[in-house]
Amino acid sequence: MNVLHFINSFFSDSAHWHGYDGIPTRMREHIQYSLIALAIAAAIGLPVGLLTGHTGRGGNSVAFVATAGRALPSFGLLVLMFVLLGLGLTPVMIPLVVLAVPPILVTTYEAVRSVDPSPVDAARGMGMAESRILFNVELPVALPLILSGLRSAAIQIVSTATIAAYVSLGGLGRYIVDGLYQRNYEKVVGGATLVAVLALVTLGIFWTVARFAVSPGVRRSS
Amino acid sequence: MEAGARGCDFARLPQNYCNTIGLDSPPNGPLDRGHRADGLCQTRRVFGVLIRIDSVTKRYPDGTVAVDNLSLEIPDRSITVFVGPSGCGKTTTLRMINRMIEPSEGRILLDGKDLAQQPVNTLRRSMGYVIQNAGLFQHRTIVDNIATVPRLLGWSKDKARERARELMERVGLDGALAKRYPYQLSGGQQQRVGVARALAADPPVLLMDEPFSAVDPVVRKGLQDELLRIQAELGKTIVFVTHDIDEAVKIGTNVAVMRTGGHLAQFAPPAELLSNPADDFVEDFLGADRGIRRLSFFSTAGLGLLTTPIVAVDSTAEQITERSAGDVPYLLVTDVEGKPLGWSEPALLTAGAVDPARLLPYGRPFEHGKESLRAALDGAVLSPTGWAVAVGADGRVTGVVSQQTIGEAIRAAHAENGADGHTDGRTDGRTDAKVAG
Ligand SMILES: Nc1ncnc2c1ncn2[C@@H]1O[C@H](COP(=O)(O)OP(=O)(O)OP(=O)(O)O)[C@@H](O)[C@H]1O
Ligand SMILES: [Mg+2]
Repeated sequence: MNVLHFINSFFSDSAHWHGYDGIPTRMREHIQYSLIALAIAAAIGLPVGLLTGHTGRGGNSVAFVATAGRALPSFGLLVLMFVLLGLGLTPVMIPLVVLAVPPILVTTYEAVRSVDPSPVDAARGMGMAESRILFNVELPVALPLILSGLRSAAIQIVSTATIAAYVSLGGLGRYIVDGLYQRNYEKVVGGATLVAVLALVTLGIFWTVARFAVSPGVRRSS
Repeated sequence: MEAGARGCDFARLPQNYCNTIGLDSPPNGPLDRGHRADGLCQTRRVFGVLIRIDSVTKRYPDGTVAVDNLSLEIPDRSITVFVGPSGCGKTTTLRMINRMIEPSEGRILLDGKDLAQQPVNTLRRSMGYVIQNAGLFQHRTIVDNIATVPRLLGWSKDKARERARELMERVGLDGALAKRYPYQLSGGQQQRVGVARALAADPPVLLMDEPFSAVDPVVRKGLQDELLRIQAELGKTIVFVTHDIDEAVKIGTNVAVMRTGGHLAQFAPPAELLSNPADDFVEDFLGADRGIRRLSFFSTAGLGLLTTPIVAVDSTAEQITERSAGDVPYLLVTDVEGKPLGWSEPALLTAGAVDPARLLPYGRPFEHGKESLRAALDGAVLSPTGWAVAVGADGRVTGVVSQQTIGEAIRAAHAENGADGHTDGRTDGRTDAKVAG
């Protein structure tokens, strides 16, 4: 019995391919949790990171939030939220968002901070409004770094979203939690493999986005 | 070639300026000049305007006084150069003109109107801004970099790009570079893009902060010549910051020498600066050979040329004898077209058998009437014979002149301009101000 064998038998069992506990359903749930968490984290991290990076003010607060966010254990937070809020999506989203905000916030802040000041100076000197400087001068140059922050946040979310299963929600974590409970290691390994595949797909998506969204003039120099 | 364009008459330009833009571009580039009918040229003053700095002081929050009670007038359609040691407040002064920095005291007037009363971004769009490392947007192609301000002003993308391509030509950039990104250009080319970008919306004022200091001397000279040519064609009010006094003297219509602490040490045309520095600081700053450099401002037009001691390479023996009459020590040998080959003692010349390899070098010929006494003296000093060769625009010899005659001309020029006086207009010699230096 080895891992490959587990994987093989898990995926070749046709019962795993349909129904409410089938791979497509669990996959969809997992993706859904991940996307919601990433969207919320980005909605918090990006604007704050862009603004603090552009103005150069609030760097200390950014560092504090980042450290605090990283120090909180996701599982502990989940349990706490479960106790406070009961079952539901919210107690799952909170630890995922707390996990994802620091990488997004910190890399966005750093990315905008580290943009070469002379084009910014030139832009300001030619009468560009501040918002335009941020979005048309700083953002395109900072984009590769910002995307890398989003990417690591997304990967962390994808692998951590398995905790949803502990509070009776779905997702790929179901296989792992149930498998452990049933001592069905085939299921555990299968679930873990699916999570890994999803993480790789996430990597691929970000790579593709970067190819198309980042200007060739910037891509070469980063 | 730049020197020719500098003779351009500003007074002729205003009425037809809009139509003359791009006139010197090759006729094979069929340019649709439609955008000039959009009212930009008609509604905006494209020529330079007068800037008055009125008792301006800048004190930074930490107490540093960067500019101390500065008052001066920057005439329109001129190049005013701020020069001085590092930290003397040049950049601060420049950046107060486009309100990147606000003065602590005093005010700056643009065409009589207080800058502080004008919307800041509109003001900045009317002033081209060029900085040391060009500050290009690395994510945009060259043409889109140049099109930035027209786009800010609401031009369509096509119109702005077309204008950008015209500008590339104007600053001497190959059109093939249009689609490249900044990292694919040399430093000198990037700097040209910076200048083109600043000129794109045809602002009356151009602010330049050490724009050429990061490129090598040869490229820098090319950029300086280009700037003079552009200024002659477009008549902008250019404010230029440098710490290189040679650059200041070469391109400045007026030079403001500043000293540490933000004080104005002297404000004068370069010729006056060289002939009559206000104090020891300015004199020191000008360097040791200001006497020689000053010659750049004296024309060779009045220099008496000798036309006799010149023979063509295919001359007959009689011609050689005739030409060496009057006890001339050397004869200048030219080729059949009249271009200089070298010097020879008359006795060593044999008709029909002149070996160009055995002639003495003739140094660097100067263009008579166009170049300065500095170029003439340089030519004479470079030749072992002590004689300088004068040529016309076509490179053919128009005469020769001895060091002695040049010396007399220098004394005459000094007398004419007074011991402490200065030439009113500069001669075209200033484009060669660095040749002998
Ligand atoms: N933001 C600032 N805060 C405090 N002091 C400043 C600031 N900017 C400039 N200074 C000081 O003001 C003085 C003038 O600076 P400025 O940049 O105008 O000099 P500069 O003549 O352009 O020098 P350089 O040739 O080195 O560019 C310097 O002493 C500098 O240290
Ligand atoms: Mg400076």
